[in-house]
Amino acid sequence: MSKKTFQEALSSGKFVVTTEVGPPKGTNIERLLSAIDLLKDRVDGINVTDNQSSVMRVSSLAICHLVQEKGGEAILQQTCRDRNRMALESELLGANVLGIHNLLCLTGDHLSAGDHQDAQPVFDLDSVQLIQIAKMMEAGKDSAGNELKGAVKFCVGATVNPGANPLEPQLLKFEKKIAAGAQFFQTQAVYDVEGFARFMKQVEGFKVPILAGVIPLKSPGMAKYMNENVAGVSVPDRLIEEMTKAENKEAKGIEIAARLIKDLKGVCPGVHIMAIGWEEKVPEILSQAGIG
Amino acid sequence: MIVAERKPFTEIKEMLSGYRKILILGCGTCVSVCMAGGEKEVEILASQIRMAFEKENREIEIKEATIQRQCDREFIETIRKMAGEYEAVLSLACGAGVQFVAELLAPLLILPGLNTRFIGVAEAEGVWSERCRACGDCVLSETAGICPVTICAKSLLNGPCGGTRDGKCEVDKDKDCAWTLIYRRLQEGGKLEKMRKIHPPKKHGVRIYPQRQVNEEFKKEVKSEK
Amino acid sequence: MAEFEPKVVAFCCHYCAYSAADLAGSLRLEYPANVRIVKLMCTGRVDASHLLKAFEAGADAVLVAGCEEGDCHFREGNIKAKRRVGYARKLLREAGLEGERLEMFNLGASDAHKFAAAVNEMTERARKLGPNPLRISREHRAKSIEQRAKRTRAPGTRAPEKPNERS
Ligand code: SF4
Ligand code: SF4
Repeated sequence: MSKKTFQEALSSGKFVVTTEVGPPKGTNIERLLSAIDLLKDRVDGINVTDNQSSVMRVSSLAICHLVQEKGGEAILQQTCRDRNRMALESELLGANVLGIHNLLCLTGDHLSAGDHQDAQPVFDLDSVQLIQIAKMMEAGKDSAGNELKGAVKFCVGATVNPGANPLEPQLLKFEKKIAAGAQFFQTQAVYDVEGFARFMKQVEGFKVPILAGVIPLKSPGMAKYMNENVAGVSVPDRLIEEMTKAENKEAKGIEIAARLIKDLKGVCPGVHIMAIGWEEKVPEILSQAGIG
Repeated sequence: MIVAERKPFTEIKEMLSGYRKILILGCGTCVSVCMAGGEKEVEILASQIRMAFEKENREIEIKEATIQRQCDREFIETIRKMAGEYEAVLSLACGAGVQFVAELLAPLLILPGLNTRFIGVAEAEGVWSERCRACGDCVLSETAGICPVTICAKSLLNGPCGGTRDGKCEVDKDKDCAWTLIYRRLQEGGKLEKMRKIHPPKKHGVRIYPQRQVNEEFKKEVKSEK
Repeated sequence: MAEFEPKVVAFCCHYCAYSAADLAGSLRLEYPANVRIVKLMCTGRVDASHLLKAFEAGADAVLVAGCEEGDCHFREGNIKAKRRVGYARKLLREAGLEGERLEMFNLGASDAHKFAAAVNEMTERARKLGPNPLRISREHRAKSIEQRAKRTRAPGTRAPEKPNERS
């Protein structure tokens, strides 16, 4: 599986699985490396987050490089929060020369949520513009119109939040991302497969693959927390109840995640598993879902 | 208007240490309206300083004056002579006013009494809010008169981020999401197609500091009567 | 601190508080004689700067007395005054004076007793807090100048008419 590039996997017609790892805050990367070892042959791509939740960490590019070195397929996440267009473009060039050809363009959480609240938020670009620039660079020019000595090549992705309220502005932006050149989407966590199926129906006309986000539940408390604090995420009461009743929460969380993935198989062309600290459990989730 | 607030009193007191004869200079325009640096605020601050100094047995002589605008040469000229009699001027204007007074009255020392905050509106009595970041490339025609540069915490030009929740901003649950506001107003006005247009990145080159604007038709050489 | 007779300034509105003060006088109610009344058409006219200036001039306590809430002849002058009193207290504290020296009261035109009680209360507060600190430093300064003048005066010369505070 790992021999195929992510882009090839996307166009192969098979059910695509991506997952993600979060770089550590500090130079101890042993745990991260072993997670990469466990995941690299089980998934089609590994996203490496970019200072996720606005907490300063090892750069996404550095870890993407390690993923590739280990034979995995890295997906470089880039937010518009910390770099202006010049820094972002230079990062894209850097990724390409290191053999990283997958890119996920994000706006990025605001700094006010993180651990560097006094820093200057950048937001020189937004996600739509970043996608556009990546595509311009593929055509051999940077955003200022200067010729590149060697163009880039990227499979460019973006995110969409199917649970957003109101949904329409989110959809309009989704369309713009496609117009700008987005080739795949990863969504915010989905727990209500029927609701998500309705969303998929709405965007049927766009022929861009959408990978549904899956976050394994670790406890009922986590589900409640997400319902209250994470935009567009709603864990149905019946799942919370299932978690509450379960004696072995861990096993239950894995079971629910696997079930979600199975159910999603008929709805969308793939899933994106965000394990948030449970990376080593992803292979088990996949096995239970009948994948790999 | 420019919205400013008075610096903390302790900071002002600290700034004044070593001076015995100062002029507190108010500004009669923006900062008067936002009640930070007009005639009344000059009066209040002078009174406070006199009391605080007297309590500590420190001497200070304060002259109070307010001119219509500290960002305009002609008004500053009217106090040139009088200001010369003081060791320092505590200006209650916005940062621009403070600098212009300093420039025209140099080498007289000018101290800032306010913190300049934003370009905004008087939303209600006693409430001011930011509305424009002077980006130099206004997009309000495309966004139903709501500025995404200022009202969106991330200054996004192409629609909401993924953090927007029930019409509120990711950054603050009590703040409306700019893009939900824009969406609603465009929709009400039947102009939703405007949200389909991709806005290119802003041209920040137009904002190399400090900016300058010249209107040739009205340009006239000015000489200050030094 | 030695007993002292606090100076109280009362900003009174024409319609209620001033009438009440007047009535208190006619009824010969007991309240300290050294209250200075400043009559206004409405307490809505009171500005923070007026209140600060009363203290600058040496008042030990200041009260603002307006009509009962809801009874203002100018609709909400007394409500505005209340907010300004709160604001002026903050300004006073910044300058190093106790905010408790300033208070807002609401009373009707015939509330002579309430007026007397308000003045008594502010007098009591000032007694507890001691004289306005500005008065203390003024006296202190005047004394030290006098002493210095005595020390430096050559035999037979007169004290300077106006002490030079800078010496
Ligand atoms: S777009 Fe916003 S910041 Fe720019 S000029 Fe218009 S109102 Fe001001
Ligand atoms: S929630 Fe809305 S206003 Fe807040 S940063 Fe996102 S798009 Fe901007």
